[in-house]
Amino acid sequence: MSTVVSRTSDSRSAAAGLDVAAIRAQFPILAQRVHGQPLVYLDNAATTLKPRAVIDRLHRHYAAETANIHRGVHYLSEQATEAYEQVRERVRGFLGAAAREEIIFTSGTTDSINLVAQGWATANLARGDEVVITHMEHHSNIVPWQMLAERTGAVLRVAPISDRGELEWDRFLDLLGPRTRLVAATHVCNSLGTIVPAAELVHAAHAVGARVLLDGAQAAAHLPLDVTALDVDFYCCSGHKLFGPTGTGVLYGKRELLEAMPPVRGGGDMIKSVTFARTTYADLPNKLEAGTPHIAGVIGLGAAVEWIERVGLEAIGRHEERLLDTATAALSAIDGVRLIGTAAHKSAILSFTVGDIHPHDVGTIADQEGVALRTGHHCTQPVMDRFGVPATARASFSVYNDESDVAALVRAIGRAQEMFA
Amino acid sequence: MSAPSSAARELYQQVILDHNRTPRNWGALQPHTHHAEGHNPLCGDRYEVAVALADDGSIADIRFQGSGCAISKASASMMTEAVKGLPRADADRLGDQCGRLVDRFRRLAPGELDPARDQHDLGKLRVFSGIWEFPARVKCATLPWHTLHSALDGSGHATTEAGTGTKE
Repeated sequence: MSTVVSRTSDSRSAAAGLDVAAIRAQFPILAQRVHGQPLVYLDNAATTLKPRAVIDRLHRHYAAETANIHRGVHYLSEQATEAYEQVRERVRGFLGAAAREEIIFTSGTTDSINLVAQGWATANLARGDEVVITHMEHHSNIVPWQMLAERTGAVLRVAPISDRGELEWDRFLDLLGPRTRLVAATHVCNSLGTIVPAAELVHAAHAVGARVLLDGAQAAAHLPLDVTALDVDFYCCSGHKLFGPTGTGVLYGKRELLEAMPPVRGGGDMIKSVTFARTTYADLPNKLEAGTPHIAGVIGLGAAVEWIERVGLEAIGRHEERLLDTATAALSAIDGVRLIGTAAHKSAILSFTVGDIHPHDVGTIADQEGVALRTGHHCTQPVMDRFGVPATARASFSVYNDESDVAALVRAIGRAQEMFA
Repeated sequence: MSAPSSAARELYQQVILDHNRTPRNWGALQPHTHHAEGHNPLCGDRYEVAVALADDGSIADIRFQGSGCAISKASASMMTEAVKGLPRADADRLGDQCGRLVDRFRRLAPGELDPARDQHDLGKLRVFSGIWEFPARVKCATLPWHTLHSALDGSGHATTEAGTGTKE
């Protein structure tokens, strides 16, 4: 029980080409203690920690290049504009988009989804048209479509999931038909960890003439992505879940769809000319980025993407897969622990319950041990209902976690069981 | 292996664990005169409280059921014990006192609270004094009291997030 796994002797991760100790050293927050214990951060599905490279880049922007963009002729504005637009190019490459015009900066995944719902979907869906989602969506990929349905009379259909938390493929296919205009699905489920078969899903939706939006909030920092090869129509992700600043996000959309989409927000920066009689909108991407954006945040996001590319998503993925295997085995071995979400193809997210101890009590006791877990419904109440639990505890792993974090999690669960014995 | 942290022990005192394990006055109450459902949308805790007032307005009987964490369940259980048989005004006052106390726990910096001084009327309910170190859990302790209050004033529904969006 008192086994301590040294962070530096993690040979299995070294074999994956990942020096976890060196990576951890780049995250200043990991040096801190919580309630007198070393911080064990297992809430990466909520937000990831920030590496020094991102923090320093934000600082440098505010300290040396603060300016508004796209409008100044002065030196600082030109610097900031160039830095901002370079990030668009970097994100384009990171996501595999064909053109920089297909990358729209938003405030996050929720904002990206709402932009599609209020823009493209509102203009293109009519009464009786159908939007298909899955039973394992985050509320942010449910509510915008419910709001769309109220506005337009479109109908929301929900594809069921199995007891393992996998999309029930045949029943999903049954929902697709001539009225299906959009399939909006999570790429990786934030509460179950399930990785949805994105390529097959896109193919099936296109076969009936439907467009596809993928919620990539939980995927972007963990799975290599090529939106062009995937042929997905819209892809949404958040900067803060990929080591970048909060308040940043990306909407990728196929150029012809974004071009045909009316702007949702009017204001500065999204126009060519304005008179009281008539306004002409700017071209992409500015058309969809009204007002002063989160310039510093986007520049910080650029540093985050650069950081991920340097570490390598393949290596990150292999490391997390091993951690998932280790953690799944460790938690499965504990009497009374029930794993919620046991899909064959999973991201490193473990939702669980511990006997009849309420997840909030597990979370509070774990926190006292320095272990940061998420507890609650994870903004996926339909998933909780599906599995008959009011809430779960969730451990979600990232590149800086290692086997000693799994050991700490096991110890924390043991503490909770002792206390509630 | 060291013992569980003292703060956690302070929060999860034996009496709380006991009420969580075997909640008192658990279940539906029929007939009842007053009823309310309480809900914490942030965490999903959900309780219903049913009260049978006697002709003189005192709390003749009270029961609760639902689901939630140990803190909320123990708080509800101990609340039912504390108010059963009380004149309604006393129950209201106890609820107000408990709410104020717990609210103070949330606001007070560590060390500023003197449980002996600040909880003189609360009897066994003072076991919740450990909650001051856990601001995120204060609403767990207050939800049953809000629910009882809603039952007695006839509104029928209590939420810990009244007037705010519910987002997690």
